[in-house]
Amino acid sequence: MNGSIKLHIDRVSKRYWFEREAREIPALVDISLSVAEGEFVAVVGPSGCGKTSLMNIVAGLLSYDDGTVSIDGKKVTGPGVDRAVVFQHSSLLPWRTIAGNIRYGMEMQRRFDAATMRERTDHFVKLVGLSGFETHYPSELSGGMQQRVNLARALASDPVVLLMDEPFAALDAQTREFMQAELLKIWTQAKKTVLFITHQINEAVYLADRVIVMSARPGRVKGTFDIPFGRPRGLELKRDPRFLKLEDAIWKLIEEEAGNLGMMEPVMNVEVVAPEKFVGE
Amino acid sequence: MKRESFYQRHEGLILGGGGVLCVLAVWQYAWQQQWVTPLFFAGPAEIAKQFWHLMTEGSLPADILFSGQNFVVGLSAATLAGVVFGVLIGWYRKIRLIFDPLLNALYATPRIAMVPLIILWVGTDWKSKAFIVFMSSFFPILVNTVAGIRSLDPDLLRAARAFCASDWQIFKTVAIPGSVPFILTGIRQGVALGLIGVVVGEMFGGSQGVGFLVAYGGQTFQVDTAFVGVIIIAIAGMLLTFLTDRLERRFSRWRPER
Repeated sequence: MNGSIKLHIDRVSKRYWFEREAREIPALVDISLSVAEGEFVAVVGPSGCGKTSLMNIVAGLLSYDDGTVSIDGKKVTGPGVDRAVVFQHSSLLPWRTIAGNIRYGMEMQRRFDAATMRERTDHFVKLVGLSGFETHYPSELSGGMQQRVNLARALASDPVVLLMDEPFAALDAQTREFMQAELLKIWTQAKKTVLFITHQINEAVYLADRVIVMSARPGRVKGTFDIPFGRPRGLELKRDPRFLKLEDAIWKLIEEEAGNLGMMEPVMNVEVVAPEKFVGE
Repeated sequence: MKRESFYQRHEGLILGGGGVLCVLAVWQYAWQQQWVTPLFFAGPAEIAKQFWHLMTEGSLPADILFSGQNFVVGLSAATLAGVVFGVLIGWYRKIRLIFDPLLNALYATPRIAMVPLIILWVGTDWKSKAFIVFMSSFFPILVNTVAGIRSLDPDLLRAARAFCASDWQIFKTVAIPGSVPFILTGIRQGVALGLIGVVVGEMFGGSQGVGFLVAYGGQTFQVDTAFVGVIIIAIAGMLLTFLTDRLERRFSRWRPER
């Protein structure tokens, strides 16, 4: 990571006002992280750690109380053409065809002329492997294919930083694995700077150059792990002992915190203990 | 797969048509056996004959035209006003807060109760009839449009915002297409209520239209004439339902097949 810093989050805090308790509750405290050009950074943390708040702040959809978020040195004050989000739910317009949906981001941003938009739409339809589906409607596609459209829409708008908000969380386990490998392939070709948010340790380690671990309630940066594996990475990497060791180390960090809290809610426990690696190990 | 037989392809039509024919046959038989007094009743054959008579020598074509025009004018105005107003109320919180109590009160009142007043204000000519249609169909269209705008998928709105969409762009690409199914439901209900409006309006004052024909037939014991009117209204209702169905299908190509 010797490229220039593209996304810089500097001591950002966010508080929510809770009417019932008549006080402010911190959601994010002093979050600092930066993503260099072409780097893939994953943020992992249990639910309730404010990952989604952080994502919305970076996307410019949510205000923050302290600190600064900047893209290419420019402070973020709202949504901008320098960022594009791949959402957890594909949020495709059901009345637009696949090609129409991939165009949508560009159309809203009004940055390209009609011919360029057409060209870019074609290009990204191919890149995400959806050739032949241009005139289909989202309801005719599987969940995995819809997320490809979601990804293509974001890439087509040519952001400086690509934000991915648990994009595979709603997919079944098999499709998810496959989409992770597919994302790496596409990322290698599109050469984008990525901030990827997930609650799956395994996914974060497999995809990212660097994994940032967050703690819950309030969300803080708990630790950073450099991921030493070269690229391209095949899915078999997930069974490599070094991979498992890293995963375990990250897990321990999260677990330690769960121990500190002493009384994690059962719901949360299930969600944190669930990563597939513990099944059948 | 084997080609479907003639019956399989037209099952709905054959069974539905059979049902209608059975009822007509029983009706005609009951009429001929004089199970009910002819003073209050008419058989299908009688009604058909009277229909032909009114069509060729009576005022029926003019009546149908009169009612049809009033209906179309009233419904078009209601659709336009209902959609525009509904979008504004659904989209802007302040406008909604201002109009909510007023509209709730009006929506809860049967609009038919207003008919005598409308006649006092507008008179008994076609304008008051069209206005009654408007009053009848405006509210369902309005209320459904508001519901459509308010139930837009927040994920879609969030995605549009993230891509820097302006309010006008969000309006064009998310709000309107997203509420089309609701607007069409509103129009469907508006059509049904507007049809009631056109008939009831003509029963109060005036001397033209299909509704007038029914009222007049009933009052003068011309049962067959009244029946002609009722059946024309029924057929108009079926036809309009069919048309709104087609319209709905036209606008929902993107929906998953059910």
